[in-house]
Amino acid sequence: MAEPLPPKERVKIPRQAMPEQDADARARNFDEVNLGLEVVAAQCEAQRCLTCADPKCVKGCPVGVKVRDFVELVLAGDFLGAASKIREDNVLPAVTGRVCPQENQCEGACIMGKRFDSLAIGNLERFVADYERESGQVALPQRAPLTGKKVAIVGSGPAGLSCAGDLCLRGHDVTVFEALHEIGGVLLYGIPEFRLPKDIVRQEIDNMRAMGIEFQTNVVVGKTVTIDELMQEEGFDAVFVATGAGLPRFLDIPGEHLGGVYSANEFLTRVNLMKAYDSSHYDSPIYQCRDRHVAVIGGGNTAMDSVRSAMRLGAAKASIIYRRSMEEMPARQEEVHHAQDEGVQFLDLHNPVEFIGDEQGILKSVRLVKMALGEPDESGRRRPVAIEGSEIEMPLDVAIVAVGTGANPLVQSTTPDMKTNRWGYIQADEESLRTSKVGVFAGGDIVSGAATVILAMGAGRTAASSIDDYLQTGVWETDPAAAES
Amino acid sequence: MFPIVEARFLAPDVKLFRIQAPRIARKRRAGQFVIIRIDQHGERIPLTIADSDRDGNITIIVQGVGKTTRWLNTLESGDSIRDVVGPLGEPSEVESFGTVVVIGGGVGTAIAYPTAVAMKQAGNRVISIIGARDRERLILQDAMQQTSDELHVMTDDGSAGTQGFVTDALDQMIQSGVVVDRVLAIGPVPMMRAVSAVTKPRQIPTIVSLNPIMVDGTGMCGGCRVLVGGRARFACVDGPEFDAHEVDFDVLMKRNNLYRDQEAEALREFNKHPSES
Ligand SMILES: Cc1cc2nc3c(=O)[nH]c(=O)nc-3n(C[C@H](O)[C@H](O)[C@H](O)COP(=O)(O)OP(=O)(O)OC[C@H]3O[C@@H](n4cnc5c(N)ncnc54)[C@H](O)[C@@H]3O)c2cc1C
Ligand SMILES: Cc1cc2nc3c(=O)[nH]c(=O)nc-3n(C[C@H](O)[C@H](O)[C@H](O)COP(=O)(O)OP(=O)(O)OC[C@H]3O[C@@H](n4cnc5c(N)ncnc54)[C@H](O)[C@@H]3O)c2cc1C
Ligand code: SF4
Ligand code: SF4
Ligand code: FES
Ligand SMILES: [Mg+2]
Repeated sequence: MAEPLPPKERVKIPRQAMPEQDADARARNFDEVNLGLEVVAAQCEAQRCLTCADPKCVKGCPVGVKVRDFVELVLAGDFLGAASKIREDNVLPAVTGRVCPQENQCEGACIMGKRFDSLAIGNLERFVADYERESGQVALPQRAPLTGKKVAIVGSGPAGLSCAGDLCLRGHDVTVFEALHEIGGVLLYGIPEFRLPKDIVRQEIDNMRAMGIEFQTNVVVGKTVTIDELMQEEGFDAVFVATGAGLPRFLDIPGEHLGGVYSANEFLTRVNLMKAYDSSHYDSPIYQCRDRHVAVIGGGNTAMDSVRSAMRLGAAKASIIYRRSMEEMPARQEEVHHAQDEGVQFLDLHNPVEFIGDEQGILKSVRLVKMALGEPDESGRRRPVAIEGSEIEMPLDVAIVAVGTGANPLVQSTTPDMKTNRWGYIQADEESLRTSKVGVFAGGDIVSGAATVILAMGAGRTAASSIDDYLQTGVWETDPAAAES
Repeated sequence: MFPIVEARFLAPDVKLFRIQAPRIARKRRAGQFVIIRIDQHGERIPLTIADSDRDGNITIIVQGVGKTTRWLNTLESGDSIRDVVGPLGEPSEVESFGTVVVIGGGVGTAIAYPTAVAMKQAGNRVISIIGARDRERLILQDAMQQTSDELHVMTDDGSAGTQGFVTDALDQMIQSGVVVDRVLAIGPVPMMRAVSAVTKPRQIPTIVSLNPIMVDGTGMCGGCRVLVGGRARFACVDGPEFDAHEVDFDVLMKRNNLYRDQEAEALREFNKHPSES
């Protein structure tokens, strides 16, 4: 075990860089970009932690991972111990270590970050989780005695999975229903292989299966079975709705029906879930990107994932078109930098007004208008306004629209006594995640709108403890305000 | 896994399957479909539920047109399909309309059949027109006969029924004074467009079942969007049935051609080793 250094010495150690695949090579393959820290680098990084008495990092994490404690275990060389420490609060550390926006969460709050580079908490979390997985010694927590209560989880994204995990541990009989043919939600169909290898997600799900959770794919709740049927005919005592925010938004401009114009959801689903990039082994086609110009409209994580996927499908030119300026871009910094290194071009302060096609109905160009930033809007960001007379036409072969998602109404429309807000998201009490329907809870993106993996997992945990409460006491009280509105 | 309990050809390249899928069998209504994936390397394709029974089986009728449907048509009773999800889409709107003309072209007859049955049960007078290239390719003639008050059979070459198109029969029927309250037309896009052209000037409410390219079937990808009344609608959740007089058939036809090269390539590869897929 390494000797702890005095704080003055610790802050002199530079933040350990994450090794990554060379940018030119990785821009053309789907292998993971970040390669992970070696043991020496991980312990060196752990050494930097100031082991603060009041660790702000923990407060910065939406699920309160005990960062200081697990980092101390890394320094002590007890990597498996560190893994179980993280697992006390976070069931998918290999995932969050890779995809959390740490700069706004744990690392954003890290005290060291005030004067120096913050501790690389995400990289350490990933290191520990990978070590645990590769060691083959994942310590599955002990399950409480069976309660005989049945819970149905609708949707297998991070919210559903973390809720299922907690409820299973508490001895309840848990079944997860998923509309698609694979488990994982956005982790599987949205976030690409080069950022989050699917084997990692699959292994976590295998662990959950081994714990005793039942997974049923190919069940669209609202179509195959309704929530009422689950409760009245199939004997479920409670239901957690975690169906995400999967409805794609379009721009509503002329020409959006043209061939070659995709929603990011469709494009990423074809690439990730259906593996269209491996066309010698998989049957789902994807519109030709090789040697062509592909542009993605939007500036979030989904846009970065789409444009970098297009690059890897062989695009001659891959661009981001964004209506605000680079500073306002909501995507994680790391993703923007990775994209830039891979050769993605950024056209900020431009907005599409029309897609133009040929006689076959295939996209051939896009008309763009230049934008300027005006007064701040409700979100505090400056509102983009079109500059009159500034339109240009740009040749384009494939356009991917990544301007956000909304609530899919399938479950809500078949569960009329479960209240929704005016955008169609489910209304749930903030603390208990109870909906207006007795026995039904909801959380994750379907309540909050599109957010993050860790917030969805946090909601899953909250729901699990609230469901456990309800199952034990049988008492159903909702916040009267929520019930009335 | 979804076991196949019966598989038999109805016509060259058209095969009927009964598949064990109890949840779907219990819920499905006329006009709805499933999405299937044959194995872990397969694509997801939509197929209409032609029927269901009390033993938890659903019936699908598949026309082999490309790789996936031809591969599917090599399966036999005892084999199974990896993924079957449904019932998807909105059920057909079935009421007592009066006289309903149900038109099926090619494998479209299989898609129209369950709605014809439902229309009959709802007390309508059902006149069916089914069409195919020739006698061999005509499907479900007996079943349609049983569920219809009147059946017209049309073939391109006259080898069965009357020589001509389904629209010829429809046009004649209307001209001879039959009062038609509603038309349901399902088949190749040009046929549906032609039917719509016959009924639009006469303002006969006409429903078509659209067949855009689908992936998830739950409203998540937007790939199945069709232009109806100038608005984008998702056929998998808002449809697949729409008001024919509002549909932009041109856009539908062009979007359906988007992957033609890759589809042709996949079929060529498949034909080299049809048994190994
Ligand atoms: C491309 C992309 C990249 C992202 N990158 C990041 C990132 O780097 N970091 C980060 O923190 N967040 C990221 N996010 C956001 C994050 O993935 C989501 O906030 C999170 O996945 C939400 O979790 P959830 O469990 O609420 O829903 P989801 O992950 O959306 O899962 C919902 C599941 O429910 C299923 N479902 C829906 N309806 C039904 C039904 N009726 N019946 C049965 N099942 C149903 C869906 O098929 C899906 O599997 C990204 C999102 C996208 C789209
Ligand atoms: C709601 C609906 C119900 C349908 N019901 C039936 C049915 O009961 N029986 C039947 O034989 N056919 C039905 N079809 C059509 C069937 O889905 C296509 O013939 C099949 O997908 C072709 O796949 P392939 O690989 O064999 O052929 P390919 O050579 O890959 O494609 C041939 C053509 O089929 C269409 N197609 C390709 N992929 C898809 C896809 N993923 N989704 C939809 N269309 C696609 C395209 O227009 C393409 O040009 C239905 C389609 C829809 C949308
Ligand atoms: S879960 Fe995310 S926010 Fe929390 S400590 Fe881990 S990386 Fe940081
Ligand atoms: S705030 Fe930063 S330095 Fe302090 S304990 Fe947390 S990670 Fe270590
Ligand atoms: S098939 Fe994806 S939205 Fe209809
Ligand atoms: Mg195909």
